[in-house]
Amino acid sequence: MKNHLKSLRAERGWSQQDLGDRLHISRQSVNAIETGKYDPSLPLAFRIAALFGSKIEEIFEVEA
Amino acid sequence: MSRSPAIVRYLRRLAGFMLVYMILIFATGYVFRHMPPQKPLAYLVAVLPALPILGVFWTIFRLLVEETDEYMRMMFVRQSLFATAFCLTIMTIWEFLQNYEVVPAGHGGFGAAFFWFMGLGIGAIWNRITGTDGPCA
Repeated sequence: MKNHLKSLRAERGWSQQDLGDRLHISRQSVNAIETGKYDPSLPLAFRIAALFGSKIEEIFEVEA
Repeated sequence: MSRSPAIVRYLRRLAGFMLVYMILIFATGYVFRHMPPQKPLAYLVAVLPALPILGVFWTIFRLLVEETDEYMRMMFVRQSLFATAFCLTIMTIWEFLQNYEVVPAGHGGFGAAFFWFMGLGIGAIWNRITGTDGPCA
């Protein structure tokens, strides 16, 4: 699954640690999600979407 | 890297159980060398050093329950599964070697727990290599 987490984070000038702190997850988790190594659970995806004021499908998309 | 509250609790529990283990392993050895207990008391005394090891297993499983970071929890689960597979592999091979008397009976003091913890260490290295910098299968 692809995601736009890195660009959304960069727009706000947040580091991975900043984003992790806001989501109550580790920097490693943010990195794993950003690089596509790990797809978050639905509850975490909802938290990410809520934090950026977006819909889940605006942040995450299934790779063709 | 900041540690999650679950990791902090894990490390404290681990340190506690390892301290108790160190005390019991030396104390039990001393007792059996200098005042060997008779059965059935010998059973109880001999098992004492195993109890903190069971505590370490409990500590690891509590970490899996208490860690709220789902990615980190997945990595810990993967590490534990690697340890289990590693331990079962070694013990199974060793058992067959003994069954056919290719190697002598006994295990030289290295039991299943030793190989499980060794597997846990290798699993941690494997996680580090493949976690966020490589394919996370």
